[in-house]
Amino acid sequence: MRRRDFIKTMGVAAGASAIPFLKFLPAEAAGRGDTLVVVTGNGPNSMDIQRKGTNRPSYQIAVNLYDRLVGYGTKTLEDGTMMYDYQTLEPELAESWEVAADGMSITFKIRKGATFWDGMPITAHDVKWSFDRAVSLGGFPTVQMKAGSLEKPEQFEAVDDSTFVIKLLRKSKLTLPDLGVPVPIIFNSKVAKANATADDPWATEYLHRTPAGGGAFMLERWDPGQQTVYKRYDDWKNGDLPGVKRVIIREVPSASTRRALLERGDADVSLDLPPKDFAELKKSGKFTINAAPIENSLAAIGLNLTFEPFKKKEVRQAIAYSVPYDQIFKQAAFERGIPMWGGKSFSPETIEWPQPFPYDTDYDKAKALLKEAGYADGFEVPLSFNLGLAQWSEPMCLLLQESLAKVGIKATIDKIPGANWRTAALVEKKLPMHIKNFGGWLNYPDYYSFWVYQKGRLFNSMNYHNEEVEKITDETLHLEVDHPDYEPNIKKLLSIFFDEVPLIPVYQPYLDVATQKSVTGYEYYFHRQLDCRSFKKATA
Amino acid sequence: MNGSTKIRIIAGRLMQALPSVFGIIVVTFLLTRALPGDPAVYFAGPAADEKSIQQVRESLGLDKSLPEQFLIYLGDLVQGDLGVSVSTGFPVAEELWRRLPASLELTLLALIFSISVAIPLGIAAATRPNTWVDQVCRLIVTAGVSLPVFFTGLFMVYIFYYILGVAPSPLGRLDIIYLSPPPVTNFYTIDALIAGDFELFFAALAQLALPAITLGTFTLAPLARMTRGAMLQVLSSDFIRTARASGLRRSTVLYTYAFRNALLPILTTLGMVFSFMLGSNVLVEKVFAWPGIGSFAIEALIVSDYVAVQGFVLAMAILYVLLNLTIDILYTLIDPRVGLDS
Repeated sequence: MRRRDFIKTMGVAAGASAIPFLKFLPAEAAGRGDTLVVVTGNGPNSMDIQRKGTNRPSYQIAVNLYDRLVGYGTKTLEDGTMMYDYQTLEPELAESWEVAADGMSITFKIRKGATFWDGMPITAHDVKWSFDRAVSLGGFPTVQMKAGSLEKPEQFEAVDDSTFVIKLLRKSKLTLPDLGVPVPIIFNSKVAKANATADDPWATEYLHRTPAGGGAFMLERWDPGQQTVYKRYDDWKNGDLPGVKRVIIREVPSASTRRALLERGDADVSLDLPPKDFAELKKSGKFTINAAPIENSLAAIGLNLTFEPFKKKEVRQAIAYSVPYDQIFKQAAFERGIPMWGGKSFSPETIEWPQPFPYDTDYDKAKALLKEAGYADGFEVPLSFNLGLAQWSEPMCLLLQESLAKVGIKATIDKIPGANWRTAALVEKKLPMHIKNFGGWLNYPDYYSFWVYQKGRLFNSMNYHNEEVEKITDETLHLEVDHPDYEPNIKKLLSIFFDEVPLIPVYQPYLDVATQKSVTGYEYYFHRQLDCRSFKKATA
Repeated sequence: MNGSTKIRIIAGRLMQALPSVFGIIVVTFLLTRALPGDPAVYFAGPAADEKSIQQVRESLGLDKSLPEQFLIYLGDLVQGDLGVSVSTGFPVAEELWRRLPASLELTLLALIFSISVAIPLGIAAATRPNTWVDQVCRLIVTAGVSLPVFFTGLFMVYIFYYILGVAPSPLGRLDIIYLSPPPVTNFYTIDALIAGDFELFFAALAQLALPAITLGTFTLAPLARMTRGAMLQVLSSDFIRTARASGLRRSTVLYTYAFRNALLPILTTLGMVFSFMLGSNVLVEKVFAWPGIGSFAIEALIVSDYVAVQGFVLAMAILYVLLNLTIDILYTLIDPRVGLDS
């Protein structure tokens, strides 16, 4: 189910200064059935996802306050957790769409009666302006649009108020799903243009502080660093009206405090807790722990091929056989994930991704492989992790260090502060052995390969290069999944990942969200932000 | 010393601070650039390629040479522009205005708590040295200074919020049900009083209580020890013996003569403690979700947000200059022998 609605755009202001003095939030906040209180570690730093420097928590603004043309369907996991279904696209602002017979253009019909918060109808011209903005601003939004082969303004055409056409540069299975990610949101172009200047034609300054859209929620209040408050837009037409009238998102940096707030009943939803807390909360049985495996994401060990010993496949395999998988999974991840080791065969039976790699802890095999490679006496290697992810990375490194010592490899642990991580690991790619946790938004193995295994890509911190991987990835990236060439190619690709192991997956992490039992409707999304539109709260 | 000379001396002192402030500007500028990590890479976002990293670098002005960047920065500073923080997307001046009062309010209240506990403790200990009173005082302050702040903070939350339920939820400056008072000083307690809203005043005060006590506990030690030391010294001096011999009342001797003379070193310590608290309450801020300046600075530092770090250090430097000046002026009020011209 998709839900959103619309609101009157009033200049909802950023600072406290512009807000009229109200003694109480009208609905008396917590404890009420129509208000949802969320505590999180970090809050948004911008109302505009397309701005430079916008942080990950700001994606929730794009999700909840804006519409896209299409949304995703929902599926329910075995344990009852709901998650989005990347295989089903559902109408959002677009009532319907049609791919041309030659497959080179898509025509969208804009929903009749859909309006922005200020009551103005949403037209194809707004969509055109918004898409032009996303491909023109540069940086993150432009790169993300490009993933769906949406590259230049000439591709977008507003035929009339209710007809919008995208001309495709190439046929790609990624184009339509890419319209459902948080980036291609629809702005109220009249409001935006009125606030644009010659230096700032895309109104980045204005939209950074003031959202102008027509999504299910409108902004009631934003105190950066403290809280964000959404109010439902009751005239929203692009989905089922949200189950709660108001959402208060409070920033609480300390995880222990966030847990206490949930346990005391002052918060309805608690985010970003350490795996240990989730494990304990789940055990207590008093709360709902929604756990969905983060799609296309792996907690893994990267081996850099510029490091002499790792140039040999045998050495990489030896490392893969000396990882204490089970211990890491239990003691570092507190079992908040899906094991990615112990696969049966080096030739994959399915194209499911991610799937367990065919390795297990086997020190004898590791020693034999090292001997074969000429490293019977082992070697020394620095093992790096991102301090920002120390909660699980540090115990993982310590356990790994211990077991590498058993096969004669001396690993020295190298802690890298968050700010340096990107430079050292991803840009300079100079870390010989390191912990990775990349996850791709679009859920395909070829998309993962595109970011992580192809030569020179940002997340290929392993400096891995294999001609066959290059070829298969390029060929499959835009290919439809039901194309006859897709499956054999992906199987081949996965068998190369298995055999060459520049990347040793350990587990696929869960995204855990703890809620009160009275709260239902949490749905996992690849962007890992709360989609507040689907929440419901039982009145006590 | 008449009023006009005093003003001239204060102005002179402010002028003297200018070179140090300039020095601080230079050093912070160079230090932030010497930090490892590339802000352009960081702010280009998760899916950036080299081209978009370069775009970000240019938009941040980081493609220019260091001297050029410094001149631009100085030029902006002269116009009172501290720049725009990349990580928060807001002008640094606006961020400081939003967060500094939160920190100041907390720190001042913590200081008041600390003074009101530490000074009586110190005096009691000094009048009965090496008795059980002295030992208890030593125990309390040692415990206060040895327990890490985040531990005291979490402990307080656990006891008073989680177990007893008497403290409000540790959710920053105001509980969820309240909205902030119209900003005048940005001190919520004062603004609530200005608005005449006593309920809001008490709500803000209740939120302040636990973090202020946590922070204050940590600074009991230097204040109590200094009070004790200074009082012991004064109490053993000749004029106190004379006063006692003349048959003055014990309280008169203690408070009018001894304490007033012991105040100078206490005031010096107070100044140091205050500046220390202001800069070091990051951990308290984290535990109590306090939107203060400490967490802002740490976050800016972690993501190499140069502009924000520079603005923070500059604001703190100016605050220290003002603080030292205030303390110097207070000296002259307490002890006429102290001049400002030294």
